Amino acid sequence: MKVSLTVNGSKHKVDVPSNTLLVDILRDHLGLTGTHVGCDTSQCGACTVHLNGSSVKSCTILAGQAEGVHVTTIEGIGSVTDLHPMQAAFRDRHALQCGFCTPGMIMSAIDLVNTSKGLDNRAVREGLEGNICRCTGYHNIVAAVLQAAEVMQGSSDE
Amino acid sequence: MTSYDVMPATELYQPVNIEDATALAARLGRKGWLLGGGQDTYGWLKDRAKRPDAFIDLTGIDVLKGIRSLPDGGVEIGSMTTITEVAQNPLINEKFTLLSAAAKTVASPQIRNMGTLGGNLCQDTRCWYYRRGLNCYRAGGNICYADSPEGMNREHALFGASRCVAVTPSDTAPALVALEATMLITSASGSRQVAAEDFFVGPATDILNMTALQADEILVSVRIPRKWADATFYHEKVADRNVWDFALVSLCAAFKEDAGQITDARLVAGGVDCVPHRLREVEQAIIGQPRNETTGEAVKVRATSAATTLNYNQFKVPLMQNLVLRALRG
Repeated sequence: MKVSLTVNGSKHKVDVPSNTLLVDILRDHLGLTGTHVGCDTSQCGACTVHLNGSSVKSCTILAGQAEGVHVTTIEGIGSVTDLHPMQAAFRDRHALQCGFCTPGMIMSAIDLVNTSKGLDNRAVREGLEGNICRCTGYHNIVAAVLQAAEVMQGSSDE
Repeated sequence: MTSYDVMPATELYQPVNIEDATALAARLGRKGWLLGGGQDTYGWLKDRAKRPDAFIDLTGIDVLKGIRSLPDGGVEIGSMTTITEVAQNPLINEKFTLLSAAAKTVASPQIRNMGTLGGNLCQDTRCWYYRRGLNCYRAGGNICYADSPEGMNREHALFGASRCVAVTPSDTAPALVALEATMLITSASGSRQVAAEDFFVGPATDILNMTALQADEILVSVRIPRKWADATFYHEKVADRNVWDFALVSLCAAFKEDAGQITDARLVAGGVDCVPHRLREVEQAIIGQPRNETTGEAVKVRATSAATTLNYNQFKVPLMQNLVLRALRG
């Protein structure tokens, strides 16, 4: 089936079997391998991307369900020379160890900050419940998200 | 690693109106699979435990989405409305916080963003023997693996077992039964309404299906009447994990009080029966009583008077009783 979707601002038309999952379009057809497949069963959150701005698990979305949507992946939020505030905070706070969960963590965290006010430690932990860090590095991840929230929410108020 | 090699080939229909969807449902029958957000569905296919011929994706049908107020002061929720929308909707948060509280405990944030209310209500049970694809009663066979001498049945039923001992996994279903919601159902041959309490069916009624939906029918919306809008609510879900887990026991309660006495109440438990389980004995016993610790202590045993335990789920009896106590303590 032919699926038209916008990924990180660029329009794409891919021709894939109807049982293809969104994450496979991203990784195998568009070469966007920043989105990871961890568990493939919607538990771990490594495959988290934004669908029209909301965080979803791309291993559990069919190609056909992505028709016409705007997808944002980890490649679409910043660049090496111009990091997204969340990426910068993850670097500052050493919020990754092996790094496998990081793209999904960052995408979930951005959605959380965009849709929440007055985040604190507990709210960040609850908001990231859908993402698992195998290295158990949650402490620094929470610190990074809180740091990024100050930057992101501060700038949006100006 | 590509993951599409574990998703078997399945036809995908994406109707954009209800007429086309019901025509497809009528033609495909049980070989078709109604698809909401797909959050319960793909696991079945990846595990090869269910093999429908075709999906009928309902998420492209706009009239199945959204939340609106009803003339009577109630609320109607389209079946393809996401769980996140249900949890955050101002109308529901104003009048029926029991449902928003329950919706907030579904799965994880990403799944709530994609999963729909209709999908949450119609999802299949989590009994792992069944989900493993074993040929048990619920799968059309003639054995229950969970209710056997060595069966692992810690998560299974206290009530309503009939050959199968699986329980309802839905967090929102008990809330809707407590709120006396009505399901609007349509098919190519007409529409009907079913009370939430009758929408969910146990194995004695239909061992192959957990809802009253026939193969050619589609759940259009859920209507919550105004009746309980001013009630006080209590919701608690007990699970092994805070997230991405199903209730061991959950309790949705609605109380109406006047002059310090309970005048009407609905208490509905999840995770203990194949259907949302109404605690009728408790409901009757607390009418005319104050909502407090003493009443809770006096009536909590009535929650489990009809319970039949299995080898490993006896812990659910005191758990249910304590949830009733906590609900009455307020």
